[in-house]
Amino acid sequence: MSKYMVNLKINNTPIQVEEGTTILDAAKRLNFRIPTLCNHPDLSVAGNCRVCVVEVKGARLLAASCATPVSEGMEVNTNSEKVRIARKHVLELLLSEHNADCTKCFKNGHCELQELASEYRYGDHIFIDLVKAKDKILDISSPSITRDASKCIRCQRCVRTCTELQAVSALAVVHKGDHQIISTFLNKPLNDVVCTNCGQCINRCPTGALYERNYIEDVWHAIYDPNKFVVVETAPATRVALGEDLGLEPGHRVTGKMVSALRKMGFNKVLDTDFTADLTIMEEGTELLTRLKRALVDKDETVKLPLLTSCSPGWVKFQEHMFPDLIDNLSSCKSPQQMFGALAKTYYADKVNIKAENMVVVSIMPCTAKKFECNRSEMRDSGFKDVDYVLTTRELAMMIKQAGIEFDKLEDESYDSILGESTGAAVIFGTTGGVMEAALRTAYEIITGNEVPFTNLNIQPVRGMEGVKEASIKIKNTKPEWNFLEGVELNVAVAHGLANAKQLMELVQSGKSNYHFIEVMGCPGGCIGGGGQPIPTSAEIRKRRAEAIYAEDMGKTIRKSHENPEVAEVYKEYLTHPLGHKSHELLHTHYKVRKRY
Amino acid sequence: MTNTEALIHELIEKHGKNRNALMPVLQGVVAREKFLSEDTMIAVARELDLSAADVYGTASFYTFLDTKPRGRNIIRVCKTISCHMQGKEAIIRAIEDHLLIKVGETTHDNKFTLLTANCLGWCHKGPVMLVNDEVFPSITPEKVIEIIEEFAKKTN
Repeated sequence: MSKYMVNLKINNTPIQVEEGTTILDAAKRLNFRIPTLCNHPDLSVAGNCRVCVVEVKGARLLAASCATPVSEGMEVNTNSEKVRIARKHVLELLLSEHNADCTKCFKNGHCELQELASEYRYGDHIFIDLVKAKDKILDISSPSITRDASKCIRCQRCVRTCTELQAVSALAVVHKGDHQIISTFLNKPLNDVVCTNCGQCINRCPTGALYERNYIEDVWHAIYDPNKFVVVETAPATRVALGEDLGLEPGHRVTGKMVSALRKMGFNKVLDTDFTADLTIMEEGTELLTRLKRALVDKDETVKLPLLTSCSPGWVKFQEHMFPDLIDNLSSCKSPQQMFGALAKTYYADKVNIKAENMVVVSIMPCTAKKFECNRSEMRDSGFKDVDYVLTTRELAMMIKQAGIEFDKLEDESYDSILGESTGAAVIFGTTGGVMEAALRTAYEIITGNEVPFTNLNIQPVRGMEGVKEASIKIKNTKPEWNFLEGVELNVAVAHGLANAKQLMELVQSGKSNYHFIEVMGCPGGCIGGGGQPIPTSAEIRKRRAEAIYAEDMGKTIRKSHENPEVAEVYKEYLTHPLGHKSHELLHTHYKVRKRY
Repeated sequence: MTNTEALIHELIEKHGKNRNALMPVLQGVVAREKFLSEDTMIAVARELDLSAADVYGTASFYTFLDTKPRGRNIIRVCKTISCHMQGKEAIIRAIEDHLLIKVGETTHDNKFTLLTANCLGWCHKGPVMLVNDEVFPSITPEKVIEIIEEFAKKTN
């Protein structure tokens, strides 16, 4: 059915758009950019910042273009004198409450308010500076997220993100009028409330009110220390997004350049979290098969199914807060980041003849929750802090710039070995559905000896940006030792973004689902849309990053985790076999129930 | 189950178990307990499947949904311009001197909390005072002490 079309004029240019389109979107189609602050493509309309006001002929008041749908015969002016004056006042008012210490701000150069201020060049201060008069909170309690209320313009993007995308609502609008702030329950520190550290609020904050706790100086310090052997690992999703902060288009793959830059910065070894992603598949795949065997053969009723993935630390903490009754369904596997750290300071340290206490493990992650994860008390199985510092993709981009490296001119380089080799299955961990696809590629082959029955190994049903995806694979022609799975329909589901995860967990809780295995990633789109990725983010940007991930997978000669030769070597030399004694010691963990309230 | 939890259950029974019930439930608790404690807000959030921050956000928006401990009777003197011109300062001073508390404080016996309020809509009969839900228009420093003493007698 065709939708009703509306004719209007914007800046005297006629345009026809679908009914329900906002003035903002209609103007965009005519390439008239209207400034926005509270508006975000991933979120509901708020219309509270008023910076997008436009003049509509015949209307008494200016209209917020993000919140006003077009109507037949409408005549809009996006740049009249009235509009300019109003916008100037709106910006001035916002700035009068904004701690504009831009040169010292972590978001300097990445701030939407700063950009607008610079665009409009308003030099005079016509309103009283209210920053000093207010009792502002600087919350540094979280190892992941810093919250500086003196920078907040109360656009509420973070509140909408936390509620609409993540179903957490750790942040809310509290008090009213000139006392209104964005805060937590009873203004408690972020680390003491239900915050999952996913960092999605950071991705959408237009100012420096929310940003990652950064460890840039600590990492430089370790690099400069001649007594430290600094090892760096890079997550799958960083290689398809880092370029965005260094002048490249979204979807640009920069794996080789990133490796080269890390080496030039002075890291002793440049290794890959993708290696431990492959290792995760070996451990988690085996865990799944073991649980299935216990359920189907041993008729063990205590076995917890569906198995839930545990790679995403934001998701893990969400589960600990929100669904403590399903906590034993989480795979005991540590995330690839933490598996890497535990192996680096044991097996690898021996291998390169470095004392573990002199080794510093730095990980480059698309994630802010990883910063929290590496600080968990369970993550010290090497006898030391397994991963010392976590840097976001954004922090790495800053360090590359600080080092004076001209990123786009770098030659591609390869990861060091060992713990540097990886497969296409590991790369796709970076996008929603990837862990599931990687696990199925390996598990199916272990069970049947045959490749998973999808063209080019591409398991399409678990790909794409739908909130919750499902797939069923019928297991046929099993090997003798797996004959209890003959004819079994393996049911899997995939969710990304915690609001979708919540919906899926409620279904599991109700007992109405028949899934065996569920992948959940805390962030929309999976790690490619992680809280540590370059800003801005949108569905389009995430789609392009995901495409880059799948292109990277197709470009790999080995595309199944169990065929990673370095993984085989580590099992042979050190771990013996999946779920073996050493694996249990180093690669697996447990979870704790946390209070929702 | 504590008394408050029982009250919350009773209120949810009456108003429903959805987000729309939040306001009447909070009002119901305040009507009896005069304020919303941390535990109360958590209990309401849990019962209505909301985040605690959400409940706090709503409570902190409304002046009459207090989140600080209050006495068993809450006196609110209108502080807006009409009542100001008709002598609200003298009223406040009289109450402060009589109860030995300042605005914002609660008496040691927990019988009274003294607050100010924005316009109560009785500008034609100022100064005006609210004790709990009861309005007292055209008050004088003398009359106000009598009213407070009446409430003191009723509150054991």
